[in-house]
Amino acid sequence: MTAQLHLKTINKKYNPGTAHEVHAVQDLDLEVERGEIVALLGSSGCGKTSTLRMIAGFEEVSSGEVDIDGRRIDRLAPAKRGVAMAFEGYSLYPPLTIRENIAFALKSERLRQSEVNTRVEQIAALLEISDILDKHPNAISGGQQQRVSLGRALIRRADLHVLDEPMGQLEPQLRAILRGRIKHYIKEHELTAILVTHDQTEANALADRIAVMEGGLLQQYDTPENLKNRPANIFTGAFIGEPPMNLFAAVAEVVADRVDLRLAPDIALSYPSTAFSDELQQRIQQDQGVMIGIRPHSVQLTVEGLPAEVYANQWLGDQTHIAARFAGGSIVSVVHDLALPKPGDQINLSISAHDLHIFDNNTGEALSHGGQLA
Amino acid sequence: MDHTSFLERWFRRAALSIIIVFFMFPIFWIVLMSFQTNETILRSPPSMSFTPTLDNYMAIIAGRLDSNVASMGIDFVNNLMNSIILSVCSVAVALILGVPAAYAFARHKFKGSEDIAFTLLSFRFAPPLLVLLPLTLYFQEIGLADTYLGLVWVYQLICLPLILWIVRGYFEDISPDIEYAYRIAGHSWFSTFRKIALPLAGPGIAAAGLLAFIFAWNNFIFALVLASADKQPVTVGALAFVTASGIQYGQIAAAIVLSIAPTLALALWAQRYLVEGLSLGAVKG
Repeated sequence: MTAQLHLKTINKKYNPGTAHEVHAVQDLDLEVERGEIVALLGSSGCGKTSTLRMIAGFEEVSSGEVDIDGRRIDRLAPAKRGVAMAFEGYSLYPPLTIRENIAFALKSERLRQSEVNTRVEQIAALLEISDILDKHPNAISGGQQQRVSLGRALIRRADLHVLDEPMGQLEPQLRAILRGRIKHYIKEHELTAILVTHDQTEANALADRIAVMEGGLLQQYDTPENLKNRPANIFTGAFIGEPPMNLFAAVAEVVADRVDLRLAPDIALSYPSTAFSDELQQRIQQDQGVMIGIRPHSVQLTVEGLPAEVYANQWLGDQTHIAARFAGGSIVSVVHDLALPKPGDQINLSISAHDLHIFDNNTGEALSHGGQLA
Repeated sequence: MDHTSFLERWFRRAALSIIIVFFMFPIFWIVLMSFQTNETILRSPPSMSFTPTLDNYMAIIAGRLDSNVASMGIDFVNNLMNSIILSVCSVAVALILGVPAAYAFARHKFKGSEDIAFTLLSFRFAPPLLVLLPLTLYFQEIGLADTYLGLVWVYQLICLPLILWIVRGYFEDISPDIEYAYRIAGHSWFSTFRKIALPLAGPGIAAAGLLAFIFAWNNFIFALVLASADKQPVTVGALAFVTASGIQYGQIAAAIVLSIAPTLALALWAQRYLVEGLSLGAVKG
């Protein structure tokens, strides 16, 4: 099966050849299968919006090729690409009512008026905007405008739906409800969607696969589970997950039947060597040092373990984040009930070998997840 | 306004009154003059009491200038027509050329676009007389001197940069995403320009057109040098009131009132569009 969207080594340079050259997207390869929802996730300036605009046709591709449904489209006018888009800035047409704004996206499909009305009513109900259909854009709130913009994109039967920060302006409760509905709508109508977001909850909830971008480079393109459990490098490891992964520089010492990961002169994580594959033991011994990553959810408070001193305790309503001084740095642990340690208390931590992520200190690439080579 | 004190409101009114009197007094005085004879105008000290007369208007419309020495024909109505033809045509040409150009400069950053835009603006810096002398020679050579076509062409020096730069700003204020949204729904860039950009920038275009019209209407030097009697607009035609037997103040005043009238009417009519233009910011949402 050919991919619905195929980005072939695309590059975007702004102001090429000048002192202000910005290489916004570098050698990006990406395939999106038919019926798939893919999220481009990254902080601002990572190249995700540039990528989206190149797909939609509002930015030229500096080099590379964009195919939709096996058809090369990167030289076509936006109108001919078969792409529907929801804009971050809503971009509703002020003289038209909300109903007209949404219906106007259907013009090219040449439907009967009754069919248009039905579709508009359906999408309005889905997005909770039925009551404002006859108002004008400047009479409604930003969150409502954003839903109209989203509706205008979703109502079409395009080859590809492109959603730029589709829910950034919505209130949290509404966002949670709409995420489920929109995902169901996209799957039900077998649409293919690519969305840009900086909100990893949104990406995790909506997307089948997530492309993590940073500095114009694709860091990892994988399912939400793999991004969490098998981060490809330090960047993805630290970027995905809330609160962020704890990172420590360590030196590996393989002594007899134990593997010690020394974090500080007097502190080491010590495991039986059976917890690590032989290849991994050889690999980490070669390196002068490695970086180890531990998810806060995997840092356990135990009776026996490595000593740490609590300096902050935050109760978030359903979990506790405990920050402690550990091995010359700081470590965060998440406990799923109201935990008691107060700032200043001594606690003991233990970390299972199964939960360790080991990264190459120089390249930042992942070496192992849970004791097995990555 | 509820928070302003009595004193503040009073000051505001006084200041506004002073400004209005300062700016409106010459106009007011001219309107009074247009209903007086030369004798009552030149009384010393000047007085507000006089018997109004329509003689000045009659003379101008009839085209006969009667002074105490002789009677001569003037063609002020023809001048008024020339002004209308020249201004309307110049603004029309400038809009046809300038609006698409403004859109191009606002939306498409191409190599040298800023330089071209600035060159067009720089037409406004050049002292008109410096341009006129060589232009007169060329125009005589190619037969454009003393034609409406030639004058409308030269008037582009006034109208085109004005429209280009004002309208460009209005296009830049429209979020490009509104246009993108229209284009991605299956429309060409030209229909996007026509259906989205033009209507949204409409108030700005109206404002720029009005300003250009006023500048074209008030232009004196181009027509003075390049046009002969039958193509002259009111600004140049008014010179005819300076006669050998004296200056016909009453008729000048009447002529001024008549020549202000069209621009004033246009400005009053266009006012609602200008106000809409100022509220264009609402587009951004």
